[in-house]
Amino acid sequence: MNAKPASISENLIEFRDVAYHINDIPTRMIVSDISLRIPRGETLVLLGRSGSGKTTLLKLINGMLLPPKGVVLVQNCATTEWNPIRLRRGIGYVIQEAGLFPHFTVAENVALVPTLENWDAPRTAARVQEMLHLVGLDPRDFAHRLPRELSGGQRQRVGVARALAADPPILLMDEPFGALDPVTRAELQREFSALVRRLDKTIVFVTHDLREALLLASRIVLLQAGRIVASATPQEFLRLDHAEVRAFTSSLSVSPGAFV
Amino acid sequence: MSPWTFILDHRGEILSATLDHFTLVVIAMAIAILIGVPLGMFIVQRPTLRTIALGIASIFQTIPSLALFGFLIPIPFIGGIGKRTAIVALVLYALLPILRNTYVGLTGIDPAVLESAEAMGMTRSQILFRVRLPLALAVILAGIRTATIITIGVATIAAAIGAGGLGTFIFRGVALVSDALILAGAIPAALLALIADFLLGFLERRLRIS
Ligand SMILES: Nc1ncnc2c1ncn2[C@@H]1O[C@H](COP(=O)(O)OP(=O)(O)OP(=O)(O)O)[C@@H](O)[C@H]1O
Ligand SMILES: [Mg+2]
Repeated sequence: MNAKPASISENLIEFRDVAYHINDIPTRMIVSDISLRIPRGETLVLLGRSGSGKTTLLKLINGMLLPPKGVVLVQNCATTEWNPIRLRRGIGYVIQEAGLFPHFTVAENVALVPTLENWDAPRTAARVQEMLHLVGLDPRDFAHRLPRELSGGQRQRVGVARALAADPPILLMDEPFGALDPVTRAELQREFSALVRRLDKTIVFVTHDLREALLLASRIVLLQAGRIVASATPQEFLRLDHAEVRAFTSSLSVSPGAFV
Repeated sequence: MSPWTFILDHRGEILSATLDHFTLVVIAMAIAILIGVPLGMFIVQRPTLRTIALGIASIFQTIPSLALFGFLIPIPFIGGIGKRTAIVALVLYALLPILRNTYVGLTGIDPAVLESAEAMGMTRSQILFRVRLPLALAVILAGIRTATIITIGVATIAAAIGAGGLGTFIFRGVALVSDALILAGAIPAALLALIADFLLGFLERRLRIS
């Protein structure tokens, strides 16, 4: 067999020695020395403290930020070469508090990208139904509500449905469950991890919660002060010998004396 | 003669002056909206122009209305005695609240909403027309409401340069020291302002989201 199975080695997203700094301040690096390959189907979790550069990396992927140094490739094409609108239509995006359009109903929010892509009405409507079922919301009950008539958890579900609606191959999620109470949060994490296994998506998921990272990731990349300090599967990650890794793993356990 | 009998006796004239007044306000407001809203949209992304536009509009607001009418009279084309000069002055007054509220409304939107709009691949103009404008509408309307009420009041002074309207009664009343005449102008003007305030306020609340 000579033919190389392209689907296995194909990197959907690749960072090649990327650095990002604020416009005119090259000394003030936000991320640097970033090299990273994300193959199709991977759920990569970017873990790091607040300010470590996680959101910056996400925005470098969908071209909301362009790298002054190095290159970010999405489907083998540099983000600087992509038409930004086309690039983003193929990348789902979910953020904390969902960022739903307050003047659109749930159905209209979910239908956004299909509408922008000029899908016909019956196809869009069917897709909205399908997506709402997928995230566990009954369309009969929820389709016509406004975002303000939803709980935080329901809003995040709609955010996920909206991001998946046009069936993008890539999904970027920036602390999507960060603003939820611990119980709802755990519920959504479980459901989402089941969902991920069913869908064939390449996902980059940002969090500062190690538990969440261990549950969802096929690989965890740890960022510290704008640099990658570790990259490992969840099993390997817990055994790594690195100060920042230990800082995170120690946050998992509560010492027995703490509540005396 | 009591003011009430006077008003009843002259209800025909008062009604037609009220209509004149109303027309003056509507024309001025239509022009001010047609200038103010697009200009407000235009300055959102242009900081220098924004400072200049808001600055000039603020200056007009500080000029006493009688003086502004006076300044405009000698200017060719827009000036002179009559309705046209009055409309120009009213537009200049109405501009600031509309311009300012359009700008504030368009920029005061939840950054998370704008970020997801951009991340979802909406173009700049799609973001403006489908996200920013609909979400800014209530704030823009609040500006239009303020401007309308100012205009209804200032339009009474327009009578001084022969533009007609309810100010005619007020000026005559002042000259003749007649309360009845003053009230015949002032009461309908106040009613106009109250009605406009109520109706536009109602619309504004209907448009307000969350
Ligand atoms: N436009 C900007 N101007 C100046 N500094 C910025 C800008 N954007 C980001 N930064 C800085 O870059 C660093 C990384 O920001 P980033 O948003 O990527 O962090 P993060 O890891 O997502 O943090 P968090 O978990 O709090 O969201 C921070 O120190 C932040 O202050
Ligand atoms: Mg962040």
